[in-house]
Amino acid sequence: MSQRIDVKDLNIFYGDFKAVADVQIAVEPRSVTAFIGPSGCGKSTFLRTLNRMHEVIPGAYVEGTVAMDGVDLYAADVDPVAVRRQVGMVFQRPNPFPTMSIAENVLAGVRLNNKRISKGDAQDLVEQSLQGANLWNEVKDRLDRPGSGLSGGQQQRLCIARAIAVKPQVLLMDEPCSALDPISTLAIEDLIAELKSQYTIVIVTHNMQQAARVSDRTAFFNLAGVGQAGRLVEVDDTATIFSAPHEQATEDYISGRFG
Amino acid sequence: MTSTQTPAAPRSERPGPGPESAPPRAKKKRAYKAPADRGANRLFRWAATGAGAFILVVLAAVAVFLIVKAWPAISMPTDELAAQVSALHGSSLLAYIGPLVFGTVLAAALALLFATPVAMGIALFTSHYAPRRIASALGYVVDLLAAIPSVVYGLWGATVLVNVVKPLWLWLNTHLSWIPFFGGEASPTGRVVLSVAIVLAVMILPIITAVSREVFLQAPRLHEEAALALGATRWEMIRMAVLPFARSGVISAAMLGLGRALGETMAVVMILSPGATYSFLLLVAGKHNTIAANIASQFPEANPIGVSTLIATGLALFVITLAVNMAARAIVARRKDFSGAN
Repeated sequence: MSQRIDVKDLNIFYGDFKAVADVQIAVEPRSVTAFIGPSGCGKSTFLRTLNRMHEVIPGAYVEGTVAMDGVDLYAADVDPVAVRRQVGMVFQRPNPFPTMSIAENVLAGVRLNNKRISKGDAQDLVEQSLQGANLWNEVKDRLDRPGSGLSGGQQQRLCIARAIAVKPQVLLMDEPCSALDPISTLAIEDLIAELKSQYTIVIVTHNMQQAARVSDRTAFFNLAGVGQAGRLVEVDDTATIFSAPHEQATEDYISGRFG
Repeated sequence: MTSTQTPAAPRSERPGPGPESAPPRAKKKRAYKAPADRGANRLFRWAATGAGAFILVVLAAVAVFLIVKAWPAISMPTDELAAQVSALHGSSLLAYIGPLVFGTVLAAALALLFATPVAMGIALFTSHYAPRRIASALGYVVDLLAAIPSVVYGLWGATVLVNVVKPLWLWLNTHLSWIPFFGGEASPTGRVVLSVAIVLAVMILPIITAVSREVFLQAPRLHEEAALALGATRWEMIRMAVLPFARSGVISAAMLGLGRALGETMAVVMILSPGATYSFLLLVAGKHNTIAANIASQFPEANPIGVSTLIATGLALFVITLAVNMAARAIVARRKDFSGAN
């Protein structure tokens, strides 16, 4: 249920503009890898290449390889839709489908893969996924109510339940707590620590303390200037990045000298 | 008589905080004095309120006009009315209006049935499939359709379309006459209610397309990405994130189109071979007529009480349109919790 990701020589483009250059990184299975860096450095853009969501934007493309357990996601015979079914994603702002009930939201991805799911299996899966997202006790009495009626933090955990219901190999999180209050943030961070035992998790965060709290490895992205491509400056164990980084830029960033 | 309803566009109940909420910070003594444009604010509020009230007054005036002018025909005893108005052919006013209402609703409903799927297809193509340049070109073409006068549609329908569909109708009549709608003795001229419905469908296509396209474009990017990230194909993404969001907007669009189809006059007069029955035989001539077409063709030769009779049919049309709109709003409101507006 969890896989290793190897990224080699990845260049990411929006039309003519090169947004991120020369990324090399290996993400270990069953670990949490955090991407940190100033705004516009390309960390979210890079994250979206890991499930081929980048190319949803017209004119966007990549060069290089992203290999998941040895299979290049950008090979000619790979269908991006199939990739996205293996790699779950949680967005910055909670986005449960407003026209669906809580239960239907959890099942949304499953229904895409496998239209025929028995009622009992569906109920079990809803409970199991919501348990997995630490939301079950709060919503078990109102599974048929719209998901948009929940609080922001609950909505975000519903989105996580929706993502893990399809049992993905990898879970990508794009600043999942940036729209949430501290209590909800804590709930999500605890959840990440639990999910780590089953999934490979990659999280983008603006919050350095969060990266330090939840991640095993941390990658620091930076950009040389406006209009330049963002780069991966260094990646290492989180403890090393926050105590003894190799690069001066990383040290300056984590000590709050810029960004 | 139809009214638009933009879905999920939160309408503020009262005028915003406006200039009062920004206290001037120049001198402390004058900090709480009303800003200079307070008067403009008040003027605008009254102008907006006046415009809102005006539309209600117009609507009430139309209703009053219809009732007052139709009253002589409504209140007159059946025998007396039938003696004075030859179009009644000796029957009562209700028996006269009934088939007209039926024909009007039948033609408009068929038109809606044909136009809505096509309009949604065009709208989805322009909003989610076509490259931007093709999409805007197509948008212009669809808008052009709306600019064609209905009398031109009538001419086209009566001279071109009926000849094109004639063999098709005869084929349907020969091979599918076991379906009740296609039974009976098909008209050899093609001047039947099904041909009218097709012309009406073309006429209401632009409005339904334009409104639907705007609604589809408003579907939140956030939810589209949520669907795509779950591994939805484009079509699945549209089904999960776009169509449910756009549901009420598309219903509004269809109702706008229905309103136009219900009231359409010239095209119907020029194409349809009229009659006055409650018949579902869509391929038979001389069975149907619509209220608007009937008024247009009868009005020049009507005596005063005949005009009153026609206005009574107009009142019926007014009531139908009102009912259609209220029904549409009820449908839209029924699933408000799930609309995404909250």
